[in-house]
This record gives sequence, structure tokens and C-alpha cells, in this order.
Amino acid sequence: MIARDEFRTIAHNGIWKQNTSIVQILGLCPLLAVTTNAVNGIMLSLATILVMALSGFAIASLRNLIPHEIRIPVFILIVAALVTVVDLLFNANLHELYLVLGIFIPLIVTNCIVLARVEAFAAKNPPVQSIFDGIFMGTGMLWTLALLGGMRELLGGGTLFSGIDMVIPGLQPLQLLPENYPGFLLALLPPGAFILLGCMIAWKNWMDARAAERARLKPPEPVSTAGCH
Amino acid sequence: MTAEPREFTATGMAARTAAILFVFVIIFTGLLSGAYLWTKPAIEASAAEEKMKLVDEVLPRETYDNALLNDTLDLPPTPELGLEETTMLYRARKDGKPVAMVFEAVAPDGYAGKIRLLVALQADGTVAGVRVTQHKETPGLGDYVDPKKDKDKTHPWIAQFQNLPADLTAKDWKVKKDGGRFEYHAGATVTPRAVVKAVAKAVQWAQAQRETLFAEKGATP
Repeated sequence: MIARDEFRTIAHNGIWKQNTSIVQILGLCPLLAVTTNAVNGIMLSLATILVMALSGFAIASLRNLIPHEIRIPVFILIVAALVTVVDLLFNANLHELYLVLGIFIPLIVTNCIVLARVEAFAAKNPPVQSIFDGIFMGTGMLWTLALLGGMRELLGGGTLFSGIDMVIPGLQPLQLLPENYPGFLLALLPPGAFILLGCMIAWKNWMDARAAERARLKPPEPVSTAGCH
Repeated sequence: MTAEPREFTATGMAARTAAILFVFVIIFTGLLSGAYLWTKPAIEASAAEEKMKLVDEVLPRETYDNALLNDTLDLPPTPELGLEETTMLYRARKDGKPVAMVFEAVAPDGYAGKIRLLVALQADGTVAGVRVTQHKETPGLGDYVDPKKDKDKTHPWIAQFQNLPADLTAKDWKVKKDGGRFEYHAGATVTPRAVVKAVAKAVQWAQAQRETLFAEKGATP
């Protein structure tokens, strides 16, 4: 179904080389709004993984039936319908999980990462590869958002994993800085998210530049994102 | 993407893509409607289950035998309850006779804004129970009014409202510090004071109205 090399390329692309948040810089709206703590970032990413795997599979399966001229409206239609169906099924059958993940699912419908990957990958590749592309793009988003959320909440309030008790009852958030830590509001506000995201992008580029220097290779070409945010 | 053997005119092309788009719309709208209809009963059931969980905390299920969530009354905004919006009042009956009513109330003067309450009043005027459903009180200080946050799990603060007699005087409806009958935790009196005051007002209002509230025809007979 899928060659080992191909699988590794897809995984590497999703998690590092074409990371949605720090390379493609896609889906910034939910990124800024949700990553006030690590748990929210992880939850949004999990919901995204699910939606991207599903929509990748659906569109890759139907790709030969969709005329090129009207592919975008058809993609939007398929993605929106699928996400709504997932939302309804979750609500009906996995209600406990829905209470935790539910608010994030509607946020994804409009997320352009989904549409961008569908257009860039699923429309040109077979279903199995498209599922993995969705999963690994989502995984790349997962670690980035978890890191960003974790840094924001640590700087902003001195805690880590606040809200974890909503997801796994019985677990308590960690208080890493002293109780009397005054808090740093900027980190919790959207500008703080932009600044930290900028730092992460710089760090990624620095890592890539160093790796390229070592391997005497050219740094990877930036990926075009069709101007959607 | 498929290779077309024939050449299409512009109108032919437009009609063809429109038809294809139409087919996709029909298929996926069908899928959506199917999923909606299929999941609707389960979603409604879990929403009702959620409401019942809350009601169960203030009113034991074995005390009534009607479908409480279907025996409702729309309450217009009532200043006595601190409510600025229309809310639902639920009526519990056993063998057709009124047992209790469950309704919302708001304490407007909590330490950090409004405290939302759910109150169950029995037909004889005694209070069956009270729960805090929403609040922003200081964590670890005033939030003990919410039994989930109360450190005393066996006798949470809010349990004092359970089975309160119907004939409390205005003097009784106060925290002990102010000469009433309700306990409080030292250092956090604003919150319990607000809750007690709101419950007192709500109970007095409901006691005065209870005949009409039980008799009135609701949304469903």
C-alpha cells in the first residue's frame, strides 16, 4: 500500500520540514485563539488530526471524479460535510469525549490547513498516503501548539497543563513557578502568541541552517502557502 | 483531471461542471441530513441526561415519578430570583400531585460577580436542595459554595440547604456571623452571604407563588 521511504518522507514533511505552524504558517487564527495553554493546543491538534485524515482520505478517493475547475467548492463541500458528520457522531456516541473536544471541531471547519493539504496533497495522491499526510501534518501541529501553549501559560501564569482535569479527571495542573508569581499578561494575549511563534520560527530556521551547514546542503525551499492565514 | 475524449463548447462545459457540482451537493447534503437524523435522538437524550444529572443533585429521583423535563414552565425575567432572562422551571409530581419545583436563581453580589444557583423547593415549602451551577469566586477561598471545590466532602457547605424547614424567619436567613443559622468559613463571608441572601429571596418568592406555579399550564400538558 505504501512504501517505507514514502511513509518516512510524509512523516518528515508533516512533523518538521513542512510543519503547518512554523513553516507553512497556516491556520494562525485558531493557533492564536486556542494556545493559551498546552492542553487546549493538544486538543485542537487531536481534533485536526482526525479531520485531516478523514478529509484527505475522502478527497483522495474521489479525486478522479472532481473536475479541476470546480475542485475548490467541491473540497469545501466535502470537508464541511465530513466535519459536521464527525461533530454529530461524536456528540451522539462519545459524549464524554465530545464535551472535551467538541468545541474545537467547529473551529477546524474553517481552518485553511485542511483545505491547503487537500489541495496540495490529497488531490494528487492515493487515499492511504493522504490519510498519513493528514495524520502527520496534524502531528506537526500537535507538538508546535503544545510547545507554544506550554510556553504561553508558563510565562503568563506559572502553570503547565492547566485544564488537564477536564480531559483526564483526577490529574492536577502543575504549578511550576511560585504561587506569588505576578503573571505576565502579554504572553496570554494574541501579541504574545505572535512573538513566541516568531521565536519558534527563528529557532526552526536556525536548526535547519545548522543542519545544512553540516551537511553542506542548501537549506530547504520555503513552501508556498497560497496566501491563506 | 480525467482525460476528456470530446471537445466541449463553453456552455456545454459550464452545464457539465454545474451538473457535477450539483450531484456532489446532493450527495453530501444527503449524507449530512442522514447523519443529523440518525444522531438526533442520541444527542437529545444526552442533553436531557446532562440536565437530569444536575437536577438529581438537588432533588432525589425517587421522590417523583413524572417526566420532570417535560413538565416545564417558562419563567419570565424575575427580579426576586435575580434573573434577567427567561428561564425554565421544572415541576416534579408523584401520582399527579405536586412534589417539588426546580428553578434557577442568581446571586448578583458574589465576591467576583454573579453566582448562578439551582434551587429545588418542595410542595410543602421546604427546601430540597441548592447547587451552585456557575461562579467566579476566588479558587481555594470563596469557591467552597460549589461542592466540587469544597474540601469537606462528607458535609459540604451547600448541604446546609438540604431539607430546610419552610418557616425560617428573615433573621434565620443569614450567616452565623450576622446572627443567622448558616455556617461560613472564616475569611470568606462575602460569597456565602450572597448565596444565602439569593436563596432566601428565591425561596420566599417561590413559596408565595407555589400554588399558581404548580397549577399553571406549561408548554406540554
